[in-house]
Amino acid sequence: MRLIAENLGGERGGEAVFSNIGFALDQGEALIVTGPNGSGKSTLLRIVAGLLPAARGKVLVEGGGEVFPTVASASHYLGHLNAMKTALSVEENLGFWRAFEGEPALSVEEALETVALGGLGHLPFGYLSTGQRRRVSIAKLLVSRRPVWLLDEPTAGLDKASEERFAGLMRDHLEDGGIVVAATHLPLGLEGARELQMRVAG
Amino acid sequence: MAGRPERGAWAQASQTMLALFLRDIRLSIRAGGGALVGVIFFLAVIVTIPFGVGPDLSLLSRIGPAILWIAALLACLLGLDRLFQADREDGSLDLLVLNGDRHMLALTVLTKCLAHWTGSVLPLVVAAPLLGLFMNMAPLGIGATALTLLIGTPAITFIGAAGAAVAVALPRGGLLISVLVLPLTIPVLIFGVSASYGAVADPAPFLQPFLILAALTLFLAVVGPLAAALALRHGTD
Repeated sequence: MRLIAENLGGERGGEAVFSNIGFALDQGEALIVTGPNGSGKSTLLRIVAGLLPAARGKVLVEGGGEVFPTVASASHYLGHLNAMKTALSVEENLGFWRAFEGEPALSVEEALETVALGGLGHLPFGYLSTGQRRRVSIAKLLVSRRPVWLLDEPTAGLDKASEERFAGLMRDHLEDGGIVVAATHLPLGLEGARELQMRVAG
Repeated sequence: MAGRPERGAWAQASQTMLALFLRDIRLSIRAGGGALVGVIFFLAVIVTIPFGVGPDLSLLSRIGPAILWIAALLACLLGLDRLFQADREDGSLDLLVLNGDRHMLALTVLTKCLAHWTGSVLPLVVAAPLLGLFMNMAPLGIGATALTLLIGTPAITFIGAAGAAVAVALPRGGLLISVLVLPLTIPVLIFGVSASYGAVADPAPFLQPFLILAALTLFLAVVGPLAAALALRHGTD
């Protein structure tokens, strides 16, 4: 499977944020998108996910088979927001996404253990701290299987130990033949990842 | 899904939608869900009417079905703005739209509508017979009005979903949704009220307007979610 972006151009409110961005990622490859605020990292990720229309160019996956024919169906998108309901418990939140997204992988229990939140599943999501909420959101990547992970500032709010644990999760995902595209300011601890440096448009 | 028979895909889709339905129902009954707000508003309107109209029992029983319907319509519109906005604020909407590639987004919207209806409109239908007593309505009229509300109010939710999807990005979209949706709900109101009258007033027919009401609900069950899905897909930012 291969994730290809050709000649992408992105707009925000009618103004071009970036243009002529292209990359092709094979299984096991990661792309780190860096750049100052306002350089279009989040916009790029949302365009790749298909949540925003591309001003120019296109994004596609090759070799996804019948299960993952399109980028949207092959991707986990982890944005700034955690996509969890504060009124529901952690287990209910993760259980819902596991059932809704299909292709179940780890059980909710196992995923919570992996992000070191085992035993907290019964708590309402609203009771958790910022870092713990982010970790639940990371656990969401594990409960259903998607080859492409699109991560927007995935480590925002995480402590040192959790950052390292998350780097380990990304490495495991890459070893399993996954693809990671991450926008970040902080080093993610991925060796051999390619880097895409974005600049603020003139 | 490769190689699996069609039935497998159906079973998977229905399980997925059941998960969404149960989540939305849970959210509506948990704290801050707002399931009771509509009922309390409905109650407040109906209880106020007799004070305004005066103690003319025959007048009250004559306008009863219409008042019940109008109050139910307004109470339905009350909670609609949260239908997609709550999901947008916490980022869930992005993932619902993304997964629209996997199972039709319109189906997701339909499920959300059904959950919204069950959580916040069905209580109105249940409360309607009780409130009919305030309006001095005959048992037959109360039953007919409750039945038409049961059949007709889903249509309001389906139209409302399209309005809610259009206004999802607006911070105070609630009023806009009501204004957008209200003209479209007028046919539902007309046939709902005329069927309710048909059951009690003799020359007026019951079955014809009732069947048109049912047809409206079925028609809007398809059109509303499709329009809402289209608006959501183009409204992400």
